Amino acid sequence: MTFKNFSESFYSLLNLNFGLLKFSRLNLTLIILALFFCIPVVIVCGSLFFPAKDIWVHLIDTVLTDYIFNSLALLIGVGFFSLLLGVIPAWLVTMYQFPMSRYLEWAILLPMSMPAYIIAYSYTGTFDAAGPVQTIMRELTGWEYNDYWFPEIRSLGGAIAMLSLVLYPYVYLLARASFIEQSICVLEVSRTLGCNAIDAFRRVALPLARPAIIVGLSLVLMETLADYGTVQYFGVSAFTTGIFRTWFGMDNSLVAAQLSAILLLFVVVFLYLERRSRKQLAFHHTSNRYSPLLKQKLKSSSAFFAFVICFAPLLFGFILPASFLGEWAISTYSEALDIDFYILLLNSLSLAFVTALLALVIALFLVYMNRNSHLFINRFLVRFISLGYAIPGTVIAVGVLIPFAWFDNRLDEFLTLHFNFSSGLLISGTLFILIFAYLVRFLAVSINTVEAALEKIKLEMDEVAKTAGMSHVSIMRRIHMPIMRGSLLTALLLVFVDVLKELPATLILRPFNFNTLAVRTFELANEERLAEAAVPALAIVIAGIIPVIMISNSISRSRPGYE
Amino acid sequence: MKKTLTIIIFLIFQQLPNAAEVNVYSARKETLIKPLLDQFTRDTGIRVNLITGKADIFIKRLEIEGENTPADILLTIDAARLVRAKEKGLFQEVISDALNKVIPNYFRDIDNHWFGLSLRSRVIVFAPDRVNKEELIDYLDLANSKWKGRICVRSSSNIYNQSLVASLIAHHGINKIEIWASRLVENFARPSKGGDRDQIKAVAIGVCDIALVNNYYLAGMLESSQEYETYAAKKVKLFWPDQNGHGAHVNISGAGVTKYAKNKEEAIQLLEYLVTDKAQQWYSDINYEYAVNPEIKNTAILGIWGVFKSDDLNLSLLGRYNRDAVLLMDRVGWK
Repeated sequence: MTFKNFSESFYSLLNLNFGLLKFSRLNLTLIILALFFCIPVVIVCGSLFFPAKDIWVHLIDTVLTDYIFNSLALLIGVGFFSLLLGVIPAWLVTMYQFPMSRYLEWAILLPMSMPAYIIAYSYTGTFDAAGPVQTIMRELTGWEYNDYWFPEIRSLGGAIAMLSLVLYPYVYLLARASFIEQSICVLEVSRTLGCNAIDAFRRVALPLARPAIIVGLSLVLMETLADYGTVQYFGVSAFTTGIFRTWFGMDNSLVAAQLSAILLLFVVVFLYLERRSRKQLAFHHTSNRYSPLLKQKLKSSSAFFAFVICFAPLLFGFILPASFLGEWAISTYSEALDIDFYILLLNSLSLAFVTALLALVIALFLVYMNRNSHLFINRFLVRFISLGYAIPGTVIAVGVLIPFAWFDNRLDEFLTLHFNFSSGLLISGTLFILIFAYLVRFLAVSINTVEAALEKIKLEMDEVAKTAGMSHVSIMRRIHMPIMRGSLLTALLLVFVDVLKELPATLILRPFNFNTLAVRTFELANEERLAEAAVPALAIVIAGIIPVIMISNSISRSRPGYE
Repeated sequence: MKKTLTIIIFLIFQQLPNAAEVNVYSARKETLIKPLLDQFTRDTGIRVNLITGKADIFIKRLEIEGENTPADILLTIDAARLVRAKEKGLFQEVISDALNKVIPNYFRDIDNHWFGLSLRSRVIVFAPDRVNKEELIDYLDLANSKWKGRICVRSSSNIYNQSLVASLIAHHGINKIEIWASRLVENFARPSKGGDRDQIKAVAIGVCDIALVNNYYLAGMLESSQEYETYAAKKVKLFWPDQNGHGAHVNISGAGVTKYAKNKEEAIQLLEYLVTDKAQQWYSDINYEYAVNPEIKNTAILGIWGVFKSDDLNLSLLGRYNRDAVLLMDRVGWK
């Protein structure tokens, strides 16, 4: 039997069984693809079915309350500040003109290129009690450490601030993209109906942008839950610190996985509630009339306030920390910039690029699978894959390692038995599983971005095209792609920047003799050699800036009628 | 048919005829081991392939990978992890006169599964302007109420603290140490945060008066090219705890050959290389650790600090009591 025959009979068998459900061959292929990416999350959740009573009793008696309280506080705090720092500037730069607004439009995104653990190191190094700022303050005033009050960087509040400062760009990005795409007519109509500028924002623009803002917010919250570097460094006992403490300190990877699974429950409940609350609402654009956005020019004091509101997050999330790093780097760059450094740079960039491209292609397939079919399983799988974003990279990495090592070992057994040849660990030690792990973790980003874009194209449009005799492929190519181009680029670049910053999975799954900028930064910073860590850290930030600016430009251009 | 397939598969998986090599999973950071490995390659022609990361992850990885693991050596920065790897059956016995001759028996495994390569001690640093040296005694004394609000120490998630507490449990029993730990936590100047260098800086500027740190961090700061580090380091002094009792707590960085090592000979050669005088001197000169070889002379700062009495507790006990230590620290609220 040839492979083709075999696969056809395989599919027809399934078609027979599920014929009523209209399983197409393509759909089945996609479902199998999707299942593939679900494996690590399933492994994590599967842990819930194994009992581990004594450790749980210990955790509940001692530290669990702390973990839950701190994680919730982080979620609420980071969620709140990301909305504040993301939505309002997005609205201001879209609708108004004020000093520097053209530059701020993209510059507000820059903190996105800053990994959370790096901003944490840089603020601590500068503002901590032993850092230069407080030292100079003590020298000038003659005060001792206990004589004055200074905000403690390494605290729960500090962790909220650090995470908010580097994560708000997700909200800004999606909010702005949504504001830009809104038809000005809707807003004008609201104004003729008696809304003032604030009402128009609050009652029309904001609700219309809600799906996009929520997508941004959920990315922020998931990233917050998965963060380990910052909370660990700040001594905040959050869920992730608990996961690793249980795993390493108590040598219990089962309970560690169970804690991760519970973390996921948080996310699932949040996403479910959010989706339910807007189930009855539709967010397609009701008007297709676009006139150029005429930005209103703000006058003196309001212009100043608008500038401050937009500049502050940029200042604290990027300019300050980057200049602290820059100052450290001055004293160490001559030693750091050797040939090894360029290899690190090349490794980081190529990993990020390949992953971003793959993530985009896979996301497109999955999102289309959802659009063209109403099967529960499709929708469920796509949601399930998105959960990967909320799982700490270390847990994902192990969840990836387990099935691949299993496969490798079975393959090796098989080959040894039948061909007297050992393949060893064929896949486990290669870049392939590292990229796979990245995909499991970051597919959520590309899926959400592509989905948000596609959701806005009304299904009626597809139907009209179909009656005009267009095939699925040509609808996709000639109608959807031009409309979604900006969003697709955004999806690509978001994953690119995320991979550039990614640390834990890289640390675990990279092959022998292979390092990245993030790994080098971490190793030095972890040894508390901040000055030496500054050069690779700065390189990550700089490498991230270019894609971030490209994202911003693509969004500006995405508005119909943009010149 | 089968023959053709065999040839095809052989071609796909064909490994190029390799020069001798050895694969290392290392919990020591790259900058703190690679120079030695490079020197080994230059001296012997054996190529070393390296991945750095966390010991716990490597242990998990070795378990998952099983017989086909590519790793020949697991290198850690703590005895407890070596013990754990041994208990999980990840190491094999290594018979080597060179290793046994140089390494004192209390710094290697009784069954020759792992070997200590360098030593570090967990010491007390203090601010001489606020603490009289005579007030300092040993680890147990840190629970004394005279230290209330004066002690800095990093998180109990850190392996160095876990091993210190494990050693105390081994000496004094779990009940006594639980009471000790709960009083110690009451004496903290602030909730645990940061690394060991952070604690030293905190003492220097007066956040606290004493701190528990590994000795090489203080040495590294004194020798640092960064002025703010040397400035802080010079403001504190080192105290060797428990010199009239068990001695200062010491831990090792060490390594073992994995059970399924494919390059066992090269692996043993590398271990033996790491205890040569040249390599041992490197540990002391570059990272300010103590050589496991007692013959090696300490230079610079280690020389100035002089000889101290170290705890000769069987290091396997650090592994045995690791879990108890973590649970205990959870109970007393040591974050």
